[in-house]
Amino acid sequence: MTALGEPNVTAIVFFIAFIGLSLGITVWAARKTRTTDQFYAAGRSVTAFQNGLALAGDYMSAASFLGIAGLVALSGFDGLIYSVGWLVGWPIVMFLIAEPLRNLGRYTFADVLAARLRATPIRIAASIGALAVITFYLIAQMVGAGNLIRLLFGLPYETAIVIVGMVMLAYVLFGGMIATTWVQIVKAVMLLGGATLMALLVLSRFGMNPLALFAAAQARYGDSVLSPGRLVSDPVDAISLGLALMLGTAGLPHILMRFYTVPDAKTARTSVGYATAFIGFFYLLTFILGFGAMVLIGRDAITAVDAGGNMAAPLLAKGIGGNSFLGFIAAVAFATILAVVAGLTLSGAATLSHDLWVNVVRGADADEREQLVVARLATIVLAGLSIALGIAFKGQNVAYMVGLAFAIAASANFPALVLSIFWGRLTTAGAQASMIVGTVSTLTLIYLSPTIQLDVLKHAEAWFPLRNPGIVTIPLSFATAIVVSLLRPAPAEARRFVELERQLHLGVE
Amino acid sequence: MPTHSTLEAVSAARWRIAVSLTVAMMAAYFGFILLVAFNKPLLGTTLAPGLSLGILLGALVIVVAWVLTWTYIRWANAHYDASLDGLRARADAGGRR
Repeated sequence: MTALGEPNVTAIVFFIAFIGLSLGITVWAARKTRTTDQFYAAGRSVTAFQNGLALAGDYMSAASFLGIAGLVALSGFDGLIYSVGWLVGWPIVMFLIAEPLRNLGRYTFADVLAARLRATPIRIAASIGALAVITFYLIAQMVGAGNLIRLLFGLPYETAIVIVGMVMLAYVLFGGMIATTWVQIVKAVMLLGGATLMALLVLSRFGMNPLALFAAAQARYGDSVLSPGRLVSDPVDAISLGLALMLGTAGLPHILMRFYTVPDAKTARTSVGYATAFIGFFYLLTFILGFGAMVLIGRDAITAVDAGGNMAAPLLAKGIGGNSFLGFIAAVAFATILAVVAGLTLSGAATLSHDLWVNVVRGADADEREQLVVARLATIVLAGLSIALGIAFKGQNVAYMVGLAFAIAASANFPALVLSIFWGRLTTAGAQASMIVGTVSTLTLIYLSPTIQLDVLKHAEAWFPLRNPGIVTIPLSFATAIVVSLLRPAPAEARRFVELERQLHLGVE
Repeated sequence: MPTHSTLEAVSAARWRIAVSLTVAMMAAYFGFILLVAFNKPLLGTTLAPGLSLGILLGALVIVVAWVLTWTYIRWANAHYDASLDGLRARADAGGRR
């Protein structure tokens, strides 16, 4: 009898098969990674369908798979609030960002700002927001990885962190964006396939009718599982979280970077359509899986393994498909983490090398060979940093860090990016001030919020009442950009905006 | 079908659609969140065995996201791309003169 946390033969077989396949992809990709266009942007040859899957693979983290299934299993309807929140940013990415970003930039979102504003100061400011988002997101993923792998495979926490860090380093260092893209595609197919199969197995016990499943949950745990519970107790906080999730998606550096891997803006647009379809479908599935775990496994059995409910989906896999299915789902969860951290590390490396080294330090005067060397050094530094941070934050509650990453992305990156695309009077000083105010105000208010003051530091009260600062910091960041730009107009920059209008729509001709 | 609109007109049409669809998405999502926040009993209303109004509306927000992205892709493929082709064609013709 194998249980969670003990070595599971199927899990190890699937895990080794995935590592073997992904390293094989990396060897193949390494031969095709000779230029910066290939390293950062996969030679701009990714198709819309492939990029849609890769975007989904980059975005659907283990936290959303295991966390939302667990939240639904323990609280029912409330989990749906999160599922919906994680999806609604994608249409915004399509309507406002994807096509102009592809047409105006090369490797990072800072390229878009640098195209029309003074490049050096704007890249420095954009890098602060980008690196802050990437660091917090990486910490959350690494700590989650360590805990998850310990629970699923019984490996020590530190060993798990080092394995994740080293395998991810191999992907990015040798295979760049080509390997990262294919790892994300394989992961997305495994995750969508595994979750679909599991949902079908659950529904087969309820006559293929989700309502029969929900009714069974209602019969066992009462009407409350179908109605809003305690998750949204403060309306302002709920709106604030919603704003950060929605606009933060459109400001995540590793997601934005993926739009440079496709040949043109039309392909970028279509790829968001595929991504939205896949991600929405996935979150509907997690809702079925959560209710399946609630009914077929039971809340007591789930909280007995992990109080937060994170093991609901693996327990469900074991309950309906036995140890081999549990092994498969465990390997899927591992693949999920690797794909997300690889995307984050690559976008961090692009910020450090393309934005800061090549364009700020070297004044855009670095040859192809130097750019690749610096990009790879930056990758090694980031992999080392993520292993160190993963170990440093062992045993700490880092769940809030994903929310923090989204809040910074929404407050520091999104306002400057969207204004630079839409508003001709934006100035360098305005965009700079907005990005710095967005980052600093978000960090300050999170520090003063109940999340840090009560939950982490165990103080009696918090100075700032909201757990999610977005409702304050996002308007503040927009207002800063607008006020600073209007106070000190820059006619040359406004003319540059008009000159770029054609490129914004038609791309580089 | 190449159209004869100017860059300014194409740009204005593009942003009009983008902003309208963005507002529609925000209205659907924040409408749902506000109902969750202010009218919990309403969302708890059972419509059929196993189906509450809240679950129906939550799933509908996901469907709205799909429909809006599909709407934009259809509009862009039919109108925006044709206008851009028109702009490109006229730039080429202008270059040859």
